[in-house]
Amino acid sequence: MAEITTHSNRRAASAAGPIYLLLFPIPVVCFLGALATDTAYRSSALLMWLHFSEWLIAAGLAFGALAALVLLIEFVGSRAIRRGRTGWAHLALFYATLIVELLNAFIHSIDGWTAVVPTGLTLSIIGAVLALGAVGALFFVPVTWVALREAGT
Amino acid sequence: MKLRLAAVVAACLALGGCGNKQDIDKSAQYGPSPTLPEPSRGLLPRVNVPKVVGWSDGATPTVPQGFRIEAIATGLSSPRNVYPLDNGDLLIIESRKDAKEPVERPKRPVMAWVEARAHGGSDRGAPSNRILLLHVGDGTAPGTPTVLVDNLTSPFGVVVVGNALYVADTDAILRFPFSVGQTKVSGPGEKVVDLPAGAINHHWTKSLTARPDGSKLYVGVGSNSNAMERGMEAETNRAAILEVDPANGSFQVFASGLRNPNGLTFYPGSDTLWTVVNERDELGPNLVPDYMTSVKRGGFYGWPYSYWGPLPTTSAIRCGGSPQAEDAPFSRVAGA
Repeated sequence: MAEITTHSNRRAASAAGPIYLLLFPIPVVCFLGALATDTAYRSSALLMWLHFSEWLIAAGLAFGALAALVLLIEFVGSRAIRRGRTGWAHLALFYATLIVELLNAFIHSIDGWTAVVPTGLTLSIIGAVLALGAVGALFFVPVTWVALREAGT
Repeated sequence: MKLRLAAVVAACLALGGCGNKQDIDKSAQYGPSPTLPEPSRGLLPRVNVPKVVGWSDGATPTVPQGFRIEAIATGLSSPRNVYPLDNGDLLIIESRKDAKEPVERPKRPVMAWVEARAHGGSDRGAPSNRILLLHVGDGTAPGTPTVLVDNLTSPFGVVVVGNALYVADTDAILRFPFSVGQTKVSGPGEKVVDLPAGAINHHWTKSLTARPDGSKLYVGVGSNSNAMERGMEAETNRAAILEVDPANGSFQVFASGLRNPNGLTFYPGSDTLWTVVNERDELGPNLVPDYMTSVKRGGFYGWPYSYWGPLPTTSAIRCGGSPQAEDAPFSRVAGA
């Protein structure tokens, strides 16, 4: 019984739908990439890496905004997603990621070194952690959490 | 959640949008020791984008007492420079840069959009990149300029030395046979020397003057960036005044660290070169005042390591070099 519910709830959790599941990884990859290129800029001072970070954050925000919109629609449209706490956790973490990375985009628009060190890099780290948290909320937490709930704990 | 998001976005906009106007007394920033507050920056650079209103019919700028102002030629297309000839006639240099800068950062198109708003109407399509000759006469009625030189490449600086008209195109100095009184140059231009231009060519206006004895030309070459954010290589022979030998086209850097030197002029009756320098952006609405300075041979004036001489800028690119601003000669007059 518990297993069947888990299965159906997992489907609910990933009921985010195929379009969302297609869009959501793009900003995550971009923001993780921006953290890598920020690190490269910090150690090399090669402007190319700063430009990489800027484009990655911009692309992440563009696709992230699209994904955020789709997620909102999914939330409005599906009571199953709204009911699960993990769905909310995912939404909160993902939206927080986008807000942090929006600030990060502004910081990265500064001309030169202080576009990254120290504030830009710090925000990239926070953004990457939040993004990974959102990934976790979407893919790992539901299974265990739902299973635990169904087991009555 | 939506509300909270809206609140955060509103806060961001407020951070970027408020306090963009100069908020200290303007007169405190004139003169040799201006008030220079700490640099400030919101999430967005604190830049005041002026609203373009144009000149209504008959409206003029105000002038100091004892001066008179009136239109002597109208309908010009981006007249960027005016050069008086010995007989009182004027050369009017119409110029614009048609090439677009490469988009190497997402910031560029946004900046281009904002700057286009500040620049107002575009003359795109109107004839430009040419030098007009305006016979001023008694200076009371608007005259009709005639075309002296056409088909130039974003010209800016001009100087007449003997029987030659030197024109600083954005990519080269050209020499035209010319004597004051002629209404057409007699012959094609001859290249004296190439100037730094290239694909970016950010500060593209090349200011030009000649030593009083005519033996050397001085050309102001602005930086390729705000504060070297396009790297060292892009700044080769830029943010500098170059000294050119018109006889053989050889040149050397006369002075450097001048972000965008313009209006090169020798102090009358002397061998001292003066320039106006456009200082860097994005340090807040109260920084940095532009300055006018005499220029010493071999002088380094701070850009991009510092602004207004010795004040270190925190966002200069780490280049391995050490700031030498303390060695820079300062005899400056500020204009906010």
